[in-house]
Amino acid sequence: MAIKQLTVFVQNRKGTIVSVTDILAKSNINMRALSIAETEDFGILRLIVNDECAAEKVLKEQGYLIKVVDVVGVKISDEPGKLTAALDVLDKANINVEYLYAFMARTEKHAYVVLRVEDNEAAEAALTASGFKLITEADICKL
Amino acid sequence: MAQNYYQKDIETMSLPEMKKLQSEKLVKQVKHVYENVPYYRNLMDEKGVKPEDIKGIEDLHKLPFLTKADLRDAYPYGLLAKPLEDCVRIQSTSGTTGRRVVAFYTQNDVDLWEDCCARAIVAAGGSNKDVCQVAYGYGLFTGGPGLNGGSHKVGCLTLPMSSGNTERQIQFMTDLSATILCCTPSYAAYIGETLKEQGYKPEDIPLKAGIFGAEPWTEEMRKGIEETLGIKAYDIYGLTETSGPGVAFECSEQTGMHVNEDHFLAEIIDPDTGEVLPEGEKGELVFTSLDKEAFPLLRYRTRDICVLSRKKCSCGRTLVKMAKPMGRTDDMLIIRGVNVFPSQIETVLLNEGYQPNYQIIVDRANNTDTFEVNVEMSPEQFTDKVSDVLAMEKVLAGAMKTMLGINPKVHLVAPKTIARSEGKAVRVIDKRKLV
Repeated sequence: MAIKQLTVFVQNRKGTIVSVTDILAKSNINMRALSIAETEDFGILRLIVNDECAAEKVLKEQGYLIKVVDVVGVKISDEPGKLTAALDVLDKANINVEYLYAFMARTEKHAYVVLRVEDNEAAEAALTASGFKLITEADICKL
Repeated sequence: MAQNYYQKDIETMSLPEMKKLQSEKLVKQVKHVYENVPYYRNLMDEKGVKPEDIKGIEDLHKLPFLTKADLRDAYPYGLLAKPLEDCVRIQSTSGTTGRRVVAFYTQNDVDLWEDCCARAIVAAGGSNKDVCQVAYGYGLFTGGPGLNGGSHKVGCLTLPMSSGNTERQIQFMTDLSATILCCTPSYAAYIGETLKEQGYKPEDIPLKAGIFGAEPWTEEMRKGIEETLGIKAYDIYGLTETSGPGVAFECSEQTGMHVNEDHFLAEIIDPDTGEVLPEGEKGELVFTSLDKEAFPLLRYRTRDICVLSRKKCSCGRTLVKMAKPMGRTDDMLIIRGVNVFPSQIETVLLNEGYQPNYQIIVDRANNTDTFEVNVEMSPEQFTDKVSDVLAMEKVLAGAMKTMLGINPKVHLVAPKTIARSEGKAVRVIDKRKLV
């Protein structure tokens, strides 16, 4: 059920992010979501792309440090309080969220939230039980 | 196991015979230098030593030392002992620590140097049945030409690859079934990593032995290379000033390097007082070239810190053994008043499960030394969580603090981003010297 997130290690230096996005663009890979965690020295790019296998391959070839991790994607309606409701579900199920980021759907009136948790299956079960709809790899490709 | 030697009579000579041989050569060499090298004649005259005062190796301590500074002062011809018409080759140091050193060779000098390298190859199990891949740089650097010549003398099929172009190295290695690899240990590790990335297992790699030198490496690094490539890794020592690789070489026992002491007379001295130290004591290694015609250095201070031993060796060689240099009198960094050897950083990395791919950066800010260590992390070690990477940096910094007594700032970086030259690795950037 989980979706694949591409994680890229970059030095915190001018031009490093554009070099990653440039490689993806030249390989005709489309980004759905992008989030950056940064420190003084380095950053970790987290990407949801339409073809993570191709993206992983092309970035590895260019010498990037890459890790693909499973994350949970959940669809929420674009209304105030809906993200809180989803996080509440996880909190009640005692599931700790390491980090999250969200992106808007282009046409429909809802948003997607990407969640990094320790136990994907438990998070997915809790969210589904509370009526949330999960997104799949197939959904990502159709976006 | 049957032991093979390239020059058995020399390599297994009894100590009294060796001392007699060295003494005869020394007396002749001092005379040759005094007559033909005004620079050294002046040094001897200043010390009040005449060639007649040197009657054997017991008089060696009377001679003045030569240092790297002398070589720079005398550049390019000041220490040449033969007319240029008799010289056939030069080799040169990289010149990274100052002005280049240029060494001259007669044909006889080249022959004897290649013999030394041939002894090293045979000690590593080489014979005319072997395919020897020489991936040291060719050119001014002594590594390529030295091992190339040694490989020819042994009769190996020689692959004169030079360094770099790792894809081509691997193609020749596998297509032509190279059995012996000669290169720097950092390049051997790099080739090993690349082979591993391409899915090769140690048993798929035809190599059986490697002869690695020209830069410091640790026992842990040896184990790593031996496992990745499925070989036995032999150390080799040398310096351009005396000839090049092959001044000393390792045998099957792998407990130090036999010095080719029929050509290079070794001493250990106290680096501060210049006093000769007894066998087994740690100090600065000093060499006297006994046979070099064109560029015969007497009592040349190598700045390498090590120990000599005449303990009986299971390989049957009687040549004195030198321990792997424990550091150099000049690559020791003094950071915030503490002595730091790059080899200590390497030991910490290997203990903590990292590849020894690192760079030390020392600078000065607010009248205090800054001490940073960049370390490459492997794909297996990388995680998507910032907190994990920061925790790994903290563990490494703590281990270095324990080893050194001072706290570095550790930065983990992506693989292959630290300048890992395929010749010599740049391990230290000391920006303090630039001020």
